[in-house]
Amino acid sequence: MRRMNRPQKRYVQRVFVSMIFYIAFLSVALHYVGRGLVTGPLAYILGALPGFAVIGVFWAIGRLLVEETDEYQRMLLVRQSLVASAFALSIATVWGFLENVRLVPHIDAFYIAILWFAGLGVGSLVNRLTLGSTGDCR
Amino acid sequence: MNNRLKVLRAERDWSQSDLADRLAVSRQSVNAIETGKYDPSLPLAFRIAELFALPIEAIFHAPTKG
Repeated sequence: MRRMNRPQKRYVQRVFVSMIFYIAFLSVALHYVGRGLVTGPLAYILGALPGFAVIGVFWAIGRLLVEETDEYQRMLLVRQSLVASAFALSIATVWGFLENVRLVPHIDAFYIAILWFAGLGVGSLVNRLTLGSTGDCR
Repeated sequence: MNNRLKVLRAERDWSQSDLADRLAVSRQSVNAIETGKYDPSLPLAFRIAELFALPIEAIFHAPTKG
């Protein structure tokens, strides 16, 4: 198994913390907002909290791009992220047009983030097939 | 860009991991440079040249020059 350098270890720690917050925030949002126990501005804040935890993962990836000292690993991550963006935005765009003419059901917007994370996997595969190496984001 | 990294490394009996440690990069990076899949930046090329105590042009050369 490949050794992780310091920026990669920090990335894993940041993602782990973000995921802990995500689970906690999602539980709070579903309990208080989902059941209608909280309304008004507080409901908006509590409802948005899980999204902020996911933003924490985006931030962790951004920090990894900045802090990665191995330029080849950084290039792999940039390629991986670009493929992920193309993957998620392409599917979201086509789905949006299909939804517009009522050929497919409505899907919640946060699925675009899920698609982007799935796209990181596609990007890793593209790196593997074209360069023989994957990226840092696992 | 072609390079003599593999030869220079073999002359010193270093593994890719040994060279990676000396350059403070991953073994994947060394492998990518050796196989021509990745051209290092100028700062990394200078670090490689310093490590082998050779001028850059003694390690890296344009594909047009064979």
